[in-house]
Amino acid sequence: MTPILYERLGETVYCETLPNGLEIRVVPKPDHAKKYAFFATRYGGMDTRFSLDGQWLDTPAGIAHYLEHKMFDTKEGNALQELAKNGAEPNAFTSNSMTGYYFDSTDHFDENLEILLSFVSVPWFTQESVAKEQGIIGQEIRMIEDNPDWQIYVRMLRALYQVSTARTSIAGTVESIAQITAETLYQCHKAFYTPSNMILTVVGGVDPVKVSGLARRILPQEGGPAIPRDYGQEPEALETRETRLAMEVSSPQFLTGYKCCPVQEGEDRLRTMILGDLACDLLFGESSPLYQRLYSQGLINASFGGAFELMPGVAYLYAGGESKEPRAVAAELQKEADRLVREGLDGDFFQRTLRASFGSNLRGLNSFENIAVSLTEGYFGGYDPFRFPQVFDSVSQEDVLRFLQENVTESRSVLSEIVPKEA
Amino acid sequence: MTRTQLAGGVFLTYLPAKKFKTSLLSAQFVVPLRWETASANALLGAILRRGTVSCPDMGALSQRLDKLYGARIDTTIRKKGESQCAGFVASLIDDCFAPGGERLLEPAAGLLGELICHPVTRDGLFLEEYFESEKTNLADAIRSILNDKRAYADSRLLQEMCTGEPYGVPRLGNEQITAALHPQLLFDAYQELISTSRLEIFYSGSAERPRVEDALRAALADLPRKGAAAPPELTPHIPPEEPRFITERLDVTQGKLGMGFACGSGDAAALLLGNTLFGGSSNSKLFLNVREKLSLCYYASSLFHRQKGLITVSSGIEFENYQRAYDEIMAQLEAVRTGRLEDWELEAARSTLLNAYASMGDSQGKLENFYLGQAATGRDESPEDLADQVRAVTPERIFAAMDTVKLDTVYFLQGKEAEA
Repeated sequence: MTPILYERLGETVYCETLPNGLEIRVVPKPDHAKKYAFFATRYGGMDTRFSLDGQWLDTPAGIAHYLEHKMFDTKEGNALQELAKNGAEPNAFTSNSMTGYYFDSTDHFDENLEILLSFVSVPWFTQESVAKEQGIIGQEIRMIEDNPDWQIYVRMLRALYQVSTARTSIAGTVESIAQITAETLYQCHKAFYTPSNMILTVVGGVDPVKVSGLARRILPQEGGPAIPRDYGQEPEALETRETRLAMEVSSPQFLTGYKCCPVQEGEDRLRTMILGDLACDLLFGESSPLYQRLYSQGLINASFGGAFELMPGVAYLYAGGESKEPRAVAAELQKEADRLVREGLDGDFFQRTLRASFGSNLRGLNSFENIAVSLTEGYFGGYDPFRFPQVFDSVSQEDVLRFLQENVTESRSVLSEIVPKEA
Repeated sequence: MTRTQLAGGVFLTYLPAKKFKTSLLSAQFVVPLRWETASANALLGAILRRGTVSCPDMGALSQRLDKLYGARIDTTIRKKGESQCAGFVASLIDDCFAPGGERLLEPAAGLLGELICHPVTRDGLFLEEYFESEKTNLADAIRSILNDKRAYADSRLLQEMCTGEPYGVPRLGNEQITAALHPQLLFDAYQELISTSRLEIFYSGSAERPRVEDALRAALADLPRKGAAAPPELTPHIPPEEPRFITERLDVTQGKLGMGFACGSGDAAALLLGNTLFGGSSNSKLFLNVREKLSLCYYASSLFHRQKGLITVSSGIEFENYQRAYDEIMAQLEAVRTGRLEDWELEAARSTLLNAYASMGDSQGKLENFYLGQAATGRDESPEDLADQVRAVTPERIFAAMDTVKLDTVYFLQGKEAEA
């Protein structure tokens, strides 16, 4: 294990690549009682079309998430119970581009890590157990369908993208998951749950060498081939400019989204993420003139916010919240972006925002979950997320303005609205 | 952990820690939770956060915070037992990470003190524009619970179950009372709050206690104190003779079944463990049976309300599965009562709780929330003490305690089209 010291963050990260291709990161936290392990595969809701053994496969929407649910089944029973016996709190999530399994525990860490590595690498499904999950995930889908935050977000993505699988709902639909069989799940596991497509991150007071030894012992000796994926050839044009849905909600909500230029993997990705975050802060963050003006005018409230996001092959920026006049807010946002590009930034405001954004990145390192997820995203995206202080040193006003000029333009924007149902 | 009195009714809970990137500083007024005052207190927090004499608007306030490396000061309104806790939580990067080596605790504490003691005013009242806009925002926030159907159903169950008891009052009050608030009433409420309510302060970070105390004494030098009230006595819950059944209809695709139970036993540690077995973890009876075995739902869990001696169950189901889910939840409660447990279940439940107590010290937010709950309900056990209590619970105690758990109120949220 090779230690890398990040002096400005007060952290050390031990790194290793095993012969089977598995990446390992250990971040020692000797003063904490909690130990946290995160085992992730580069496989998420967007990876529905891929090539395995020379053949292109189209799999149902929601399959990565379905697989996540079924991975906890073991030949002996269920890994949740095994971990719970040791007081560990296990869980998992599926995002657009990854599936992560994790637990935290204060005792029996080695034993728990062994269980985690075993159940994630050894699939065990039967037709019956797969069928049984339809009801559970069906209810999960119903639950999110009633959730206006989810509806407004997915509908924004479907307005932004014409073909990219960013359009696909991570959980799929009741219809799409009905097509999932044990056989397809085994195929997907075989393709994506190979050590060379995965990374293990441990945060807490543990011995890095022991973690690596355990991974060598439990996981397969061989990695797998790289799996080509097809996210769709996304054109520059939007699918639609506006989308609107009536739901049982208390007041209208909206998101305005911008289809940004995609970002390649590599160091540039971290830089673009930080530029995107800064652009959001400067344009509509709580300290921005626009936020304060709209808030005082009663056009937005504390629910207002937004972010810049990267997914495979796509990037977008969005902002929104509750508002009685979504169109007016979206128009003001565009006007402010145009004004910043035209007139430039206030130097003092830029420096303050840099400081605040640095502090917020540092604050993120309090959370073990956040450390593990960002190291994982960094590995999959080809950058080192702990180099953010150096990036902050090197970004200039011009960089942010160029970002705004290229990305936050009228022709790239969509509006997604949820309105209250008429009684 | 040490708790000291800084001034009349002002207490500091000091939690030293060098392992975090940040320091946390929280100031919370603890008052009895009442319909008449809940919305006023919630509104006060929001108005005070709008501006102080030296930083009269959001722009000036956020400038100050940005310069402190993006320190955050959030308004919080929480319900702890039958107390309402209203105040601010500040989070700032710990001094040792300030790139310029600046001291950040003192200016952050100073700003916190200003928010409490020196709000911007005009003619002896809060600025009218702040009052009006935050009043609208509060009313919107109260209404917006409808957007999260699970939270909505959980809150409706408690309201129905604890009608007439402070525990049934939502933390933000309600729309009608908010609508009736006016500037004079609110300013009077403010003066009353800061001079007579208990103020609980929490600090977690690397600074030594004398430095924290000095910073706070300076920051709160102008806080008027006319003595402070003790935490309110808890109203005992009066269960109905027969369980009450309430059905509501909204335009939703998933039904929400909430079930409230009253606990007759005062053995809190046994009830806590019993509830964990019943529905308090992802290895509980509810999870394994209602979800995993019968595939009736994605979530079905239960919560033990320690201060009030209640258990509530929350689940999301197909409308037509109401009876099956209801029967299964009752059957699982019966299984816990009568000790139908597999060997591993009790130890898994116990270690889940012990793990949660053991790791609490690793999160500043969890520590603050825990000790606020203790202070607001007049308790002084540490997480370690509670862990010891959990260790000592025997199966017999669990069965005896759970035997006193009685169905009280059932709340069902169903769709508009569906027929009962």
